Amino acid sequence: MIKIENLHASVNDSEILNGINLEIKRGEVHAIMGPNGSGKSTLSKVIAGHPSYEVTEGSVTYEINGKAKDLLEFEPDQRAKEGIFLSFQYPIEVPGVSNIDFLRESYNTICGHHGTSSVDEEQFRDFLKPKIEMLGMDPSFLNRPLNQGFSGGEKKKNEILQMAVLNPRLALLDETDSGLDIDALQTVANGVNKLRSKFNSIVLITHYQRLLDYIEPDYVHVLHKGKIIKSGGPELALELENKGYDWLIN
Amino acid sequence: MSSDNNLIEKEYKYGFYTDIETEEFPRGLNEEIIKLISAKKDEPTWMLEYRLKAYRHWLTMKEPSWAKLDYPKIDFQSIFYYAAPKKKESLTSLEEVDPDLLETFERLGIPLGEQKRISGVAVDAVFDSVSVATTHKEELEKVGVIFCSISDAIKEHPELVKKYLGSVVPHTDNYYAALNAAVFSDGSFVYIPKGVTCPLDLSTYFRINAKETGQFERTLIIADEGSYVNYLEGCTAPERPEHQLHAAVVELVTFDDAEIKYSTVQNWYAGNKKGEGGVYNFVTKRGHCLGKNSKISWTQVEAGSAITWKYPSCVLIGENSQGAFYSVALTNNRMQADTGTKMIHVGKNTKSTIISKGISTDESVNNYRGLVKIMPSAKNSRNYSQCDSMLVGERCGANTFPYIDVKNETATLEHEASTSKISEDQLFYLQSRGLDMEKCVSMIVNGFCHQVFKELPLEFSVEAVKLIEMKLENSIG
Repeated sequence: MIKIENLHASVNDSEILNGINLEIKRGEVHAIMGPNGSGKSTLSKVIAGHPSYEVTEGSVTYEINGKAKDLLEFEPDQRAKEGIFLSFQYPIEVPGVSNIDFLRESYNTICGHHGTSSVDEEQFRDFLKPKIEMLGMDPSFLNRPLNQGFSGGEKKKNEILQMAVLNPRLALLDETDSGLDIDALQTVANGVNKLRSKFNSIVLITHYQRLLDYIEPDYVHVLHKGKIIKSGGPELALELENKGYDWLIN
Repeated sequence: MSSDNNLIEKEYKYGFYTDIETEEFPRGLNEEIIKLISAKKDEPTWMLEYRLKAYRHWLTMKEPSWAKLDYPKIDFQSIFYYAAPKKKESLTSLEEVDPDLLETFERLGIPLGEQKRISGVAVDAVFDSVSVATTHKEELEKVGVIFCSISDAIKEHPELVKKYLGSVVPHTDNYYAALNAAVFSDGSFVYIPKGVTCPLDLSTYFRINAKETGQFERTLIIADEGSYVNYLEGCTAPERPEHQLHAAVVELVTFDDAEIKYSTVQNWYAGNKKGEGGVYNFVTKRGHCLGKNSKISWTQVEAGSAITWKYPSCVLIGENSQGAFYSVALTNNRMQADTGTKMIHVGKNTKSTIISKGISTDESVNNYRGLVKIMPSAKNSRNYSQCDSMLVGERCGANTFPYIDVKNETATLEHEASTSKISEDQLFYLQSRGLDMEKCVSMIVNGFCHQVFKELPLEFSVEAVKLIEMKLENSIG
């Protein structure tokens, strides 16, 4: 699905990613853990194409229609059209744009790219209904301006709603668990698990083991100073929970 | 990133010119020209006298310079003050309107022919100095609504015109209003009788076609007790390398419990990237809420003109009367806009709302200028003002000049203002959901304007969104 080789990236001339190697296959769930400032969020932003980050070395290849393509050549919106989705750690507020209008525009744009016809508002509401219920969201939420005045938890749920609508092939969830209380965490994790399938891949970026109790990863990687310093199975996360990061770093 | 990219000039789709035989008066302005205009329109003597009085007053006035606008001095003697498509005799029905004119308006999206008319909207079409057609007249007459050109109204309803013309904007009001009173050629007249809710939206479409010709339209709308009307105005002009002058006056009057909603989508040709050509738009629009509980609202989308000088205002005289101003002004290239409103509170418990959204791009300058005045008699009056500016790029500018003059302590005033830029994070967020850069910008801008667009009638609001999108197209690469 995606292959990252020797990836170096910097922002304002300071290097954040320092030679990342990672391959994610279809249907796999990978967790990326690590202390603050280790480069976890940067990795997800570089994959999604944030313009502030400059890739200085290495490559990212992504499979489109069975062919490996140089992902770094693609604009952020093209990446989204090809099935890459980033759930933001801090979702951005866009005043005056209604949540549902935005979602439908996004859905229709991505469907249009794959040759599927657009849906009207009524059809879209029907399509959304079970997804909203799954996430325990109030339908009035759809008519509010995008992320504006949303609580932290609501913003995160809204990200997962977008993921459910867009059905990405590769979802990058950047600290989706932060700011969620335990009930909301369960609901969100439950939503993610329902979207998990052998056709798509998920990258969970998190500080804590907590999320991984609900969404069990196939692989766990520890990032430090822009490099993966250890990889393992789900048991690695538990070990980190008990021992912290220090034993790996020192 | 967005901030460094300028808007690529987008073709102005209304920039075409209709090659039609035109009757023009000689260039320049003097009493003879005014007499010619008046005679051409077969006006009664009182009208000619009014024009001459205004002209003589205008001669004593100086061009105002307080607005934050920069343009070369206008040579008022180099302009044609009257241009009209030639016609054989006076028209009695639409079938007699020159097919070239009908085609012009059809290209502008304003079909006038019986079969193709926009349903639910009556249209008065003004081409250069004359009204060429007014649709749905019969249907409106059934409920007593008068909707015709001001020229016809002067002849057919002299008592109303005599009483109200200049009652809101007197000929002495300002330089451009005086000029307009002297030379105005056409425009619309509306009278809504007592208790009537106008069954159709009324609309005037102004088209400047002839070269180096000033358009001086005059609109007068009277809403009698308990009546309601929704009025829409649209404007376009051909692309020309030289500037064109447009100096209009619009007067609104509402009596007890009456309401006028006046909406404008102004898309005059704005000139090119270098600032060549474009319409100079000097407009005086004002409404008198004379009656108790009467309401006037101005909603404007100002997206064209090289220079915009325009302050649609309300004088709230009747008790509990309400005035509103909702404005989106978008400037690009080298456009300059100095626009806003005046809310003059005279009566008790009067209320006004001001929502202004300015968007500037390229090297344009976008100014909000507003006055809220509470007179000593205006007990318990209220005003809410919100002025937001959005900058796209580094070379544009935005200014806010809010003037407040309170002479009664029981008044409540609230003012909010903000200046923002489209942030890289906002763009990236929307882009990461599959939307291309242009769509993202237009979504953010439309969201910014949402409070104003929602005040427009539906078709107009769709049009406004398209217009803003078109203007911003290719904005960010």
